Amino acid sequence: MDGLKRGAAAIVGVAESDLGQVADGMSPMDLVAQGTQRALADCGLTLKDVDGLFCAMTQARMSIVQMIEYLGIQPKFIGSSMTGGSSFEFHVAQAAAAIQAGLCNVAVIAYGSTQRSVGRRQSSAREINPYETPFNPFMPTSAYALAASRHMHEFGTTREQLAEVAVAARKWAQINPAAWEKEDLTVADVLKSRMISYPFTVRDCCLVTDGGGAIVMTSAERAKSLKKPPAYVLGYGHGVTHASISCMPDLTVTGAKPAGEAAYKMAKLSAKDCDMVQLYDAFTINTVLFLEDLGFCRKGEGGAFVSGGNIAPGGKLPVNTNGGGLSYCHPGMYGLFILIEGVRQLRGECGERQVKKHDVAMVHGNGGVLSAQASVILGSGATL
Amino acid sequence: MPNDATSPYATYLSHLEKGELAYQFSPAANRAVFFPRVLCPYSGSDKLEWRVSKGRGTVYSTTIVHPAEGAPFNIALIDVEEGFRLMSRVEDVAPDAVKIGMPVKFRVHKPGGENDPIPVFTPEAA
Repeated sequence: MDGLKRGAAAIVGVAESDLGQVADGMSPMDLVAQGTQRALADCGLTLKDVDGLFCAMTQARMSIVQMIEYLGIQPKFIGSSMTGGSSFEFHVAQAAAAIQAGLCNVAVIAYGSTQRSVGRRQSSAREINPYETPFNPFMPTSAYALAASRHMHEFGTTREQLAEVAVAARKWAQINPAAWEKEDLTVADVLKSRMISYPFTVRDCCLVTDGGGAIVMTSAERAKSLKKPPAYVLGYGHGVTHASISCMPDLTVTGAKPAGEAAYKMAKLSAKDCDMVQLYDAFTINTVLFLEDLGFCRKGEGGAFVSGGNIAPGGKLPVNTNGGGLSYCHPGMYGLFILIEGVRQLRGECGERQVKKHDVAMVHGNGGVLSAQASVILGSGATL
Repeated sequence: MPNDATSPYATYLSHLEKGELAYQFSPAANRAVFFPRVLCPYSGSDKLEWRVSKGRGTVYSTTIVHPAEGAPFNIALIDVEEGFRLMSRVEDVAPDAVKIGMPVKFRVHKPGGENDPIPVFTPEAA
């Protein structure tokens, strides 16, 4: 039982598909294929090199089967774990394990969604929970709103502090050419926007866009000969605490805590070694909770930590440098996009939004209603 | 082995029909279990006893849903005294008057038609 080896696998290619509002009739699998082709081009590989495939989707129950049909290849190893938005962080660990075990050598992890084009209702099947559904919660928003209310009650976190998360995300989006929302946004704007599920207004909630993408992984050995500097998988961990929000043991402590602890242990690093954080900000409370649970500040101090531009461009800790699910894009499940941004930042190819020191990135995925958490620590060649 | 004659949800529902809030107790884990199920998630034991709650609890968290059409309404998580939590709503008060820590008591709501009865709560003082 040696587990995953620090730095044995790397992400070598990344790409988004078309984003935002895609052309009429474009399918989720069209976006997967676009992302795959672009991510392979990014590292100088072709479909012929690919022998591992991973996919998860809200719009197809057997997305990996569709992906094999579409791409016309017969991979040696496939995976399609579905943990919601964090699926892709779980896939990174599975791909790293498969590569380490020699089950495949070049793995593609891909996603696509036309959530904006087809509408929220059409993009994922409604699931009935007889203990929750009869109360008509607006899911997933109400679940996160319940967590936010409890955090406000226990720690004095304010709606203004939550709004600071949305404002910081918008400032990053304004310097990311690929971002969807770029209008100026203030704390006051967030507070006076349309209320969705208290304490959240629409500006505390992620966007509804189309989009997809892919990443390419291979062994550290093979990674060296490819086009761009590899982003090595230094650490990984996960924590699954519940499926339904009424079964979450403590609404103010998430599975990001065990996920982060395991990832730091494998990486032999701690929060203070991370140059940036790319985390799944489905709602403003996510950023507060995950920064606390991943050790960037103490429990209960997340509201103060995200305030005053501390996580915005020019702040002390760069968080969600692409603009996040709140302002860059959020096509149903967002977990792949934080991996893409983490890799680009480590390579130093982010232009105006480039983080100055870029050797270690904490990438943290969230799935369900704070349910399935997975942390991936990526590092540049200097960290090996 | 013969099939179980009844499901955990059907047993829970039959109590609600009688105006009772039922939950399970796991002797192996010495704690309440909710939602009702066939295995205790704390011990793995399949020995779960049905009990009826006294129906007293406190609001653990609360939100107000603002639907596109219609009036805003409350959703709450309630910590029941016997040691379990469930999703519900607090009735008889405005949604913004529902506060965390507020003592509440159970009553059954029967929507009628095809819809199963559900447990709701009202402020203890009311």
